[in-house]
Amino acid sequence: MTEFRAAIRQALIDELTADPSVLVFGEDVAAAGGVFTVTKGLQEQFGSTRVFDTPISELAITGAAFGAAVTGSRPVIEIMFGDFMALAMDSLINQAAKWRWVSNGQTAVPLVVRTTVGAGARFGPVHCQIPGTWMQNIPGLKVVCPSNPADAYGMLRAAIRDDDPVVFMEHKRLYLDEGELTDAPVELGTARVVRRGGDVTIVSVMKGVGDALVAAEALATQDGIEAEVIDLRSFRPLDVATVVASVEATGRLLCVEEGARTGGWAAGLIGQVAADALGSLDDVAILCTPDHPVPFSPPLEDAALPGPEDIRAMVRERLGGA
Amino acid sequence: MNTAGGAGESGVGADEMLAMLEQMTFIRRFEEEVQASFQRGEVPGTTHLCIGHEAIPVGLAAALGPDDVIATTYRGHGHVLARGADPAAVAAELTGRAMGLNGGRGGSMNLTDFAHGIIGSFGIIGGSMAAATGAGLSFRGTGRVAVATFGDGCANHGYFFECLNFAAVFRLPVLFICEHNLYGEYTPWEQVTAGADIAARARVFGIDATLVDGMDVRAVHRHAAAAVARLRTGEGPVFLECRTYRFVGHSRSDPATYRPPGELEEWQRRDPLIVARDALHDAGVPESVTGEAEGTARERVRQAFATALASPFPEPAVTR
Repeated sequence: MTEFRAAIRQALIDELTADPSVLVFGEDVAAAGGVFTVTKGLQEQFGSTRVFDTPISELAITGAAFGAAVTGSRPVIEIMFGDFMALAMDSLINQAAKWRWVSNGQTAVPLVVRTTVGAGARFGPVHCQIPGTWMQNIPGLKVVCPSNPADAYGMLRAAIRDDDPVVFMEHKRLYLDEGELTDAPVELGTARVVRRGGDVTIVSVMKGVGDALVAAEALATQDGIEAEVIDLRSFRPLDVATVVASVEATGRLLCVEEGARTGGWAAGLIGQVAADALGSLDDVAILCTPDHPVPFSPPLEDAALPGPEDIRAMVRERLGGA
Repeated sequence: MNTAGGAGESGVGADEMLAMLEQMTFIRRFEEEVQASFQRGEVPGTTHLCIGHEAIPVGLAAALGPDDVIATTYRGHGHVLARGADPAAVAAELTGRAMGLNGGRGGSMNLTDFAHGIIGSFGIIGGSMAAATGAGLSFRGTGRVAVATFGDGCANHGYFFECLNFAAVFRLPVLFICEHNLYGEYTPWEQVTAGADIAARARVFGIDATLVDGMDVRAVHRHAAAAVARLRTGEGPVFLECRTYRFVGHSRSDPATYRPPGELEEWQRRDPLIVARDALHDAGVPESVTGEAEGTARERVRQAFATALASPFPEPAVTR
């Protein structure tokens, strides 16, 4: 069994080993091995030319990653907390996301931005946001988000080998989860059905997938409701087809999002599902976080985050009437 | 190249100087044609001309090798042409044609030509500094050099300070060239920029930074060549602040009425084309020879735009 964070480390080790053009840099990633120790030992193994600490300078880190990516390197940078992506976004949106297309295919932009996201660890309002939705509307970017160690390993390897810029989000409450790794390749932008069920479709990402599975087991054993659970795995590309296929069987869709309702991935996904398969929908619902920043105080933060009981309750109240 | 008749103290020979005059004249006439084409409705959107700046792209390009790269700005037509991009493909990009450098996808502000070491022209202030800094990461230990050009308007930007620091701490082979033309868009630089010059800002990072006469192609070339030689040995980065002046407005809609009376005329006396011509004449090159640059430039520009305008627009189905 391998921890989620060790799975990420193993993906980095494997890709640093396989391809000498891979670079890993960011704030405190080298000597300290990262604030969540994800990159521990990489500098010792691969040297300070390929794995190095940077200034606290998100714009330069991301901009330099772009410049390196268009001149033969494959940089994997770390933006320590997803909230800091706000400082990196000009380079990511106006350079990295654009250049392959705007240059008419003269260059690829093979860079990966790893960033720690998500609430529940008492980090307060500006160390817990999930910036995937900020970037979901940007053609040219891929925005992916594993929910388990096997996907973390497979998706990060795929991200590093991808010729487009990929934002790779790591939920901080998954870092200690354990699972088996496989060499099976993961195609970025594909959702995965993680539990079969015919009564309702529950879609989530990252931490929410495990919560949905817990809720699904309770619904099955205590309420007689069989939920299909889909791990979206990617904000962009968005695998609408897998969700539509499920909804065509269940007729009911619940999206569980750690984030605000307006402008969230859930709202966008439901809109696309409706556009493609309105006739299959009997009901849709969104379980999300309240429309205010995530608070610090433990009871406040806990109340703001959807968990398995909230998912089960919403299915029962809203969708479980069958 | 350096044959008879040195052109002044710069070490640039008359032949090379003549070639640089030809290039500057070509860029000047090209930009004038961009403006004329714009007024005829052939160039859509907006344009930012480098008229007055020509000594910088030409002096710089002569100091670079084919494996070096440059990241420039929306005022970058001159750099793209000086690096050797096909003028017809540049004109085609400005007019939105399929044969344009970017296939019509980028336009004036995003001219990109990797085959000629132009990793991009950046439409947002500071992007060029970041791109060149990152190229510098790729070029560590290779002898290759990455160049960023940017204006004085960039000097108050986060990119400016972050990239200078980043390049300095990792000693990246990056040549930072500030094309200081005294105005950030419509605003006089001294109204919004603290301190006496911009080079001083680079020096606080321990970067070798020099103020250069950006109207004299010999000076630009001399400083750029010295910087490139240093950068190839692994010493870096280097910063050059080239003082220049744009003889036209910021963009197509700017009549530049904010300039004090007489300022433009004063700078036009030091027009880089005139400075270069005078130097050649002083070195004994006859006017009959320097005068040939004019006809050659006009003919190249005519051909470039004729080819571009005769070429088809991209098919929407292909660009989707």
